[in-house]
Amino acid sequence: MSTFLGMPGHLRGVESFPRAAHRGLTNATQRHNLTHATTTIRDKRAAVVAELDDWQELRAAGSAIKRDVLARLPELLEQFEAAVTARGGIVHWARDAAEAGAIVTDLIRATGETEVLKVKSMATQEIALNEQLAAAGIHAQETDLAELIIQLGHDTPSHILVPAIHRNRAEIRDIFLAGMPGVDPDLSTEPADLAEASRVFLRTQFLRTRVAISGCNFGIAETGTVSVVESEGNGRMCVTLPQTLITVMGIEKLLPTYRDLEVFLQLLPRSSTGERMNPYTSLWTGVTPDDGPQEFHIVLLDNGRTRALADSVGREALKCIRCSACLNVCPVYERAGGHAYGSTYPGPIGAILTPQLTGFESADDPNGSLPFASSLCGRCNEVCPVEIPITDILLELRHRKVTEYPPVPEATMMQTLTQLWSHPRLWNAAAGMVALGRVLGGRDHTITSVPGFLGGWTSVRDVAVPPKQTFRQWFAGSEAQHLLTAARRGAEGEA
Amino acid sequence: MSDAKDAILRRIRDAEAQAAAAPEGRVARSYRTSTESTAGQRRELLIDRLLDYRAMVREATPTELPATIAAVLSEAGATRVRYAPGLDAALLARFDGEALPDDPSSDPRLLDRVDAVVTDSHVTAAATGTICLQAGPTNGRRALTLVPDCHVCLVRDESVVYGVPEMVARLDPLLPVTMVSGPSATSDIELSRVEGVHGPRRLIVILVHPGPPEATPG
Amino acid sequence: MRVGLFATCIGDVMFPDAVKATALVISRLGHEVVFPTEQSCCGQMHVNTGYQREAVPLVRTYTDAFADPALDCVVIPSGSCTAAVREHHVRLAERYGDPALADGARRVSTKSYDLAEFLIDLAGVEDVGAFFPHRVTYHASCHSLRFLRVGDRPYRLLQAVADIDLVPLPNREECCGFGGTFSLKNAETSAAMVADKARHVSETAAEYVTAGDASCLMNIGGALARQRAGVRALHLAEILASTRAHPWSPTSAAYTKEFML
Repeated sequence: MSTFLGMPGHLRGVESFPRAAHRGLTNATQRHNLTHATTTIRDKRAAVVAELDDWQELRAAGSAIKRDVLARLPELLEQFEAAVTARGGIVHWARDAAEAGAIVTDLIRATGETEVLKVKSMATQEIALNEQLAAAGIHAQETDLAELIIQLGHDTPSHILVPAIHRNRAEIRDIFLAGMPGVDPDLSTEPADLAEASRVFLRTQFLRTRVAISGCNFGIAETGTVSVVESEGNGRMCVTLPQTLITVMGIEKLLPTYRDLEVFLQLLPRSSTGERMNPYTSLWTGVTPDDGPQEFHIVLLDNGRTRALADSVGREALKCIRCSACLNVCPVYERAGGHAYGSTYPGPIGAILTPQLTGFESADDPNGSLPFASSLCGRCNEVCPVEIPITDILLELRHRKVTEYPPVPEATMMQTLTQLWSHPRLWNAAAGMVALGRVLGGRDHTITSVPGFLGGWTSVRDVAVPPKQTFRQWFAGSEAQHLLTAARRGAEGEA
Repeated sequence: MSDAKDAILRRIRDAEAQAAAAPEGRVARSYRTSTESTAGQRRELLIDRLLDYRAMVREATPTELPATIAAVLSEAGATRVRYAPGLDAALLARFDGEALPDDPSSDPRLLDRVDAVVTDSHVTAAATGTICLQAGPTNGRRALTLVPDCHVCLVRDESVVYGVPEMVARLDPLLPVTMVSGPSATSDIELSRVEGVHGPRRLIVILVHPGPPEATPG
Repeated sequence: MRVGLFATCIGDVMFPDAVKATALVISRLGHEVVFPTEQSCCGQMHVNTGYQREAVPLVRTYTDAFADPALDCVVIPSGSCTAAVREHHVRLAERYGDPALADGARRVSTKSYDLAEFLIDLAGVEDVGAFFPHRVTYHASCHSLRFLRVGDRPYRLLQAVADIDLVPLPNREECCGFGGTFSLKNAETSAAMVADKARHVSETAAEYVTAGDASCLMNIGGALARQRAGVRALHLAEILASTRAHPWSPTSAAYTKEFML
């Protein structure tokens, strides 16, 4: 992932999806790890979703609440700001990644600290906050186990929920041995031992560090409450023990009322980890005397969200609660892997969210290939807990891409086919000529190789030669008339 | 600073105009907001969920409670114990080791030297096995139930509700809340669940109810 | 019923046997099959590749071809083309067409049915009198399964076929990797998907894999043929058209057959 046009961030790769996917497809270890992990989590999700007889009603309510948020954003943001401020928190606004980075950097500098702790957060990953802080001489220590694996391995996340999903236990052991100070050289590959190593490594840092940075799952406009939904307890450590807490929250993360949590605390864990409930959820409102950080800042981040909001179809992607259910059922994600998307947001949601946050910069913008990275199989639509019509948005973004940057010669071909298919006489004549394609087949009537852009098809598939006779030719002939008339007469005879 | 706020709000209004999206109107809440159940059914469901998360579960009547607390603490090998300052000190009377009320003004990092902590809880959803700790005298400050490695948590019959909606309805939005569903866990390595990372590795739940204690599970 | 038959462009020129079989099955139930020659393509490839404006003339062609109110319904031997008609035609007409086209598209698209839907919901039959003494596995295409929600209708039709040995396909809900131009634009990922699908088909030890979509079958069958897997792809309609009097074989059927992979 790269810095693009000077703006920091992890929202754009350096090559198109098909090129980047090539590496994932040929990485046998990653393929195996992904198949195992996504199959496991799919089954877990299906089991806990089946327990609730009101799942579809919860999805409908989740979608409606999020739509309501998008429709009333200015009002709800101001309400949220007022509530946080009234409870002793300080609200900041950031138009883009650089502005958010500068705000957080200044806040940390004001504390005099150069080491901070971080809870896993998509928003801070999206704006490359760690890199921005590093440039200012501040080390941000990731505390989520998977993020720690990524950080120590100088790697990038490939999944929203399980960022190191592409790594297996042996690789993780090697990463810890190479990068974790003071680690036991006889560390085993048992997940329990690896988790224990991270506990020991991070414990002293939790007890020492005075500033932490978090993301936010839900911000409650009505009360100014902020929440972090997690499993390991690193989130609790970060939002409880330091003196200063800085939370970065996308402006779409709001919920209107505290009560709305009753919907999302059912939708999120079941869709995400496939659990009835995640081990820990922290909720806090501003600053509480004698409990937790006494200085609380929250940065409200736009970074392209308002661009997505302007699209009547695409804005639905902003309902996303980052559960990653769509990744886990996606056959393309499972094979290509998360890195192929070049963005903090991989998988189906990434394919619709990333290009909307960034727009298409040029005809060759790697993000222009993302909406095409789907076979439109529709499994993502079915599992999305907030009913985002992912395939509809993919089609809309494909439409926008070919409208803004018509590909050559594809656009001409499509126009030619439109001419052909909207003029029945032309098509009647052309259909009859398809049989000429039979010359491509050998003696066994099988086409095994064709040139040009169709070559990808025949690299793994045979094709039968076109038939001697099209259906329309057959239907106009005597065989069809005799056969079908006799068949109908037979049925009437029986009746 | 307010430049950014103004700019973002302006962008949102421009986007709204461009998308011409209709307001959502009233949100239909046709999902279950309450479920009929008896205390016994909720308790049974809760025990099933807690065991599934691999928490330890004990049951006790109010009169048995001090003995049960003492028993689980010594089983856990705890010698230095802190309890939520609003908890009745008599509950810890049967415990042999050092049991002191937590001082909320003390440095929370000092809790790292404590073996176990005892607190009450505010509300619990049986269907998901979720115990809510609402910061305050009986549930303690947040750090109290986080830093020590063993958390003995009292869940009283009258605080157990059926599902998440009933649970959320009983929370005070202005107080810090920690929802706990089993001990800390991770599935970050090959999706295999490991209990015990940064939060307490042992969660011992004592269900306090008036009835005669049934066979102790788990 | 007077049934309009939409052959689909790919069925018409590449897989005419599946369409012949469809026409035959409908006729055997006593219905009249009408084939308007003005028909061409549903526009699915255009829409799925981003060319929404260019798809509008195809919506018009389809709507005009089947506008005749004397047609009780339109039957399409393809789940994905049916889904394209029902999901996209009205939306496209409203966005880039005109109100008259939108009205027409609404009338025609709501009476357009996939073959399995037609047989079970409109014709009211599960047993069409077919006979197919072979081991078969069924691939539920994504559009049939998730967009049309045909559910178990194709499976019920197959279960009623005499002497068939129907075996479930592992990972049946997973896409075969076709996805129209996806298979060209993301050829490698598509190849990986169809390789897995072909493997699952082979695991069933079936002689034939069937589906309600010629395009999925072209994909799966093409991969199986390249691997010399010994399993052939066959459209659902061709199995349903096979009878004791005119049993289907790779070289013969009730109708004159074309070469198959």
